[in-house]
Amino acid sequence: MLYYKDTIAAISTPAGYGGISIIRLSGEDAFGVVDKIFVKPGKKSFLEQGANTIRYGHIIDENGEVLDEVLVSKMPAPHTFTTEDVAEINCHGGIVAVRRVLELVCRSGARLAQPGEFTKRAFLNGRIDLSQAEAISDVITAKTNLAQSAAMGQLSGVLSAKIDEIKQKILTLISNIEVTIQYPEYDVEDVTDEELLSSLREIKDDVAKILKTYKQGEILREGLKVAICGKPNVGKSMLLNALLNEEKAIVTDIAGTTRDIVDEYISLSGLPVRIIDTAGIREAGDIVEKIGIDRSLKAANEADLVLFLCDSSKPLTEEDEKILELLQGKNVIYILNKTDLGIDESVKERFRDNVNLEVSALTKKNIESLEELIISQVLTNNEDVMSNAVVTSVRHKGLLDDAMRSITQALEAVEGGFEIDLVQVDINDCWSSLGSITGECVSEDIIDEIFANFCLGK
Amino acid sequence: MNYEAGYYDVIVVGAGHAGCEAALACARKDKSTLLLTLHLDALAMLPCNPSIGGTGKGHLVREIDALGGEMGKNIDKTYIQNKMLNTAKGAAVHSLRAQADKHKYHTEMKKVIETTPNLFLKQQQAVSLIVDDGVVGGVVTQTGAVYRSKAVIICSGTYLKGKIIIGDSSYESGPGGIMPANYLSEDLKKHGFDIIRLKTGTPARVNRRSVDFSKLEAQYGDENPTPFSFENEEIEKRNYPCYLGYTNAKTHEVIRANLHRSPLYSGMIEGVGPRYCPSIEDKVVRFADKEKHQLFVEPEGLDTDELYIQGMSSSLPEDVQLAFMKTIAGFENVEIMRSAYAIEYDAIDPTQLKLSLETRLVKGLFTAGQINGTSGYEEAAAQGIVAGINASAYIDGVEPLILDRSTSYIGVLIDDIVTKGTKEPYRIMTSRVEYRLFLRQDNADRRLTHLGYKYGLVSKERYESVLRKEEEINNQIERFKTVKIAPTQRVNEIITAKGTTAISGTMSLYDLLKRPQLDYESLREFDPMADEVDEKIIALVQTEIKYEDYIKKQHAQIDKFRQMESKLLPEDIDYDNVANLRLEARDKLKKQRPHNLGQASRISGVSPSDLSALVVYLSKSQRGEE
Repeated sequence: MLYYKDTIAAISTPAGYGGISIIRLSGEDAFGVVDKIFVKPGKKSFLEQGANTIRYGHIIDENGEVLDEVLVSKMPAPHTFTTEDVAEINCHGGIVAVRRVLELVCRSGARLAQPGEFTKRAFLNGRIDLSQAEAISDVITAKTNLAQSAAMGQLSGVLSAKIDEIKQKILTLISNIEVTIQYPEYDVEDVTDEELLSSLREIKDDVAKILKTYKQGEILREGLKVAICGKPNVGKSMLLNALLNEEKAIVTDIAGTTRDIVDEYISLSGLPVRIIDTAGIREAGDIVEKIGIDRSLKAANEADLVLFLCDSSKPLTEEDEKILELLQGKNVIYILNKTDLGIDESVKERFRDNVNLEVSALTKKNIESLEELIISQVLTNNEDVMSNAVVTSVRHKGLLDDAMRSITQALEAVEGGFEIDLVQVDINDCWSSLGSITGECVSEDIIDEIFANFCLGK
Repeated sequence: MNYEAGYYDVIVVGAGHAGCEAALACARKDKSTLLLTLHLDALAMLPCNPSIGGTGKGHLVREIDALGGEMGKNIDKTYIQNKMLNTAKGAAVHSLRAQADKHKYHTEMKKVIETTPNLFLKQQQAVSLIVDDGVVGGVVTQTGAVYRSKAVIICSGTYLKGKIIIGDSSYESGPGGIMPANYLSEDLKKHGFDIIRLKTGTPARVNRRSVDFSKLEAQYGDENPTPFSFENEEIEKRNYPCYLGYTNAKTHEVIRANLHRSPLYSGMIEGVGPRYCPSIEDKVVRFADKEKHQLFVEPEGLDTDELYIQGMSSSLPEDVQLAFMKTIAGFENVEIMRSAYAIEYDAIDPTQLKLSLETRLVKGLFTAGQINGTSGYEEAAAQGIVAGINASAYIDGVEPLILDRSTSYIGVLIDDIVTKGTKEPYRIMTSRVEYRLFLRQDNADRRLTHLGYKYGLVSKERYESVLRKEEEINNQIERFKTVKIAPTQRVNEIITAKGTTAISGTMSLYDLLKRPQLDYESLREFDPMADEVDEKIIALVQTEIKYEDYIKKQHAQIDKFRQMESKLLPEDIDYDNVANLRLEARDKLKKQRPHNLGQASRISGVSPSDLSALVVYLSKSQRGEE
């Protein structure tokens, strides 16, 4: 909450809409952070880039993967909004890409800005007129309070209970160590290295398990991955268009610059849905009928949900059956398309016991029902995810990573034969990282960090 | 009839461990200082355990010494056993403890007090304060003497309305049978202070001749004692034993059968006792599964047969005390000389203090020690020296000494009680200290001597010798980086025998010492300068090298912490004018008036958004002034 002059970052454009999202960084190391992740044509590095210029290039993560194609502008202090060094990354890759870039920015030395923090810095640095002070103070405090309750709300009961459980284990361990330090001459057993190792490993496993859910939480963060499968000419691309047209809120498209699959996003009742391998579908549907089963299968394997499509006006073919066989065991909605041409009773009979729906992509019959069905399928199959028993927040993920790092260091320290007073520094750090998630903070710095998750820009 | 009895710069009320340090700090800073005590024979009395230091507390004594205090020197003169605790663990938690000869401790301290220029010691009971327009002006004693002064430091210990409880009998008394001070806390109430009631206790003293030592285990201290005072290069070797014994099922049975006679369980004691000082009846009830409890038999001195029985504090009636003591092996014929007792006393709510230990209600009035809700000789002395330094600073009109949590155990202690208050007698614990690796007992001189020098309690020579020591440590660290050790068979034999891996290339002594398994001793033969190094410096150098990476991390945390601590909140800030403070925070801030933003952040009920509101307000008012 206070002003540490560290480097902050946030997405400064409204969330969810628009093709371009801007990540703004402000602070002493703003340029340093960008320099680590921004690669552009030409010899000059970002640090050498001229003041108040904008350059084209790519954001590349630690593994060398290109996350997005971007424009980056550089605005040195003091003539900026915050009066600090400011950099802005214009991301084109849509919500997934921008989140990934932001995560990378935060891994590279910046931290997520608190609500109103850019404005606050502008004010504290004398950039904003004194007469605006009260108004800004109102805004900042209101946002902070709101963020506080929102931060709490974001953490599900299940998840916080799990974290509290780990915290309790750590607390037990810490107190077992402390007691032997505080009362060396009493007959309290010293915690042996073996006990210490086994406790630490258990805690590490626990933290790892929770971290794993971040992956599961992808559905919430990156959208539900849906594949449309079916043999050629059953109306896959038309169904795709029907879904896309129905939902005006197309979030974005990720152009095929970074991967060879083109995805489309739709938003169903607020749940982002990503329809994968739409390129294949378009190609197959509209141009040449050359897309084979292999490609459908690849998409189906990646998907959280498969929409199997057939032409219900005719009996199923061998090719249909072959695809159906490959989809066994997957989460599938069976769609009987082309009902405008009539329904073959054998097809109806075939899917009687499955989740099925009769639609016409052409006349848009039952497209709305299909959307509802997708949502309900997701809810039943991802109860955990939907009840938020997963880590979804970038900040929580960051803190869990910190906890993991601390506990790993503690383990290494024990294994390396380090003294208990050193080992305990790492254990304490782990504890306070977890404490920062559930809000029972031991120091102001930690409470401070909680608010960092709500980066609404200014 | 009152009469004018004299004028002093400072009056210190109470001559316990806080009062002695406070008075010495003032007198040594050329302030004429009056030290009042209820009884001259109770000066620097150790009414509970006969020891100084211990985990955490040992750090406090070293820090007091670095600031120019007396406690470390006095225990060095009067100890009968000295031991560095936790040596099996890392240097950060090493703690020094010494058994004291109680009587000698008192007489030696009295000698120092009596021979210090500007210091006047008198047996008088202060009954009220002279306060004029919110500024302290002196004290009035029971016999009508009016002593006037610019500053007053109250170090009343457990004497304020002291009440001793033994079983179903209780009587007004200070510790150890000294008379209580029955008036001063009423007077403090008149000046607006909130008074709290606390409880503590002490075990029985038994006669040495009645104990069968063959059934107890003797425990000795270190052969080569480490002096508490950094000024003492060496101290005379003394190593008298303490003894370890155990309670048993029979002991517990006697206690259980008589629980109904405990004033704690009957509700007769209202004061809150400390969690870390449970009575034996408490232990037996709360840890019912435990078959035996330890007890430590500690001599009260060399010229007495009294033995202190640590671990057996109790407020059960005398007959029960004797009955359960006799069940203990070695104590079959034990003779109790002084019974265990619980004592209740008045203290002030320490959140009414500034971090300088000046009260917010009365200017020039300071409090230190148990009156502030702490427990322990060392905690008291630590506050005493800070209050003394700051009373002088107040008179001289200079900035007070404020030790923050990143500087010292003393800083943690004062910040805790002033910021959070306390419900039980407060004891320092190493776990309360955030920056434990940096705040070691071995570097207290390097952390704090400069402040002792700045405030006039440490001589220039001593200060400069600490600077030289620091330089020497750094030089040795740099030199260790240049001492190259080749991967010879001899080297690898030595280091693998120590449980670490062999080296394949040349490594510096510095890098090898980073390995936890290795110490200088094992590598000494590879250091060409081995014969010329100072062993004490080498020990410190080793710690610095081994801890370096962790300490770097801790220093980064400290830097961040200090950013908050350095944002001062003006004393006259009108919290009613700060927009957007929540009601609870506004009330707390108005009441406690924190010194800086960091302290404000640690007050319960002050949220980040309140701090944000404060930052905006501060920035606004600063700009308004420009």
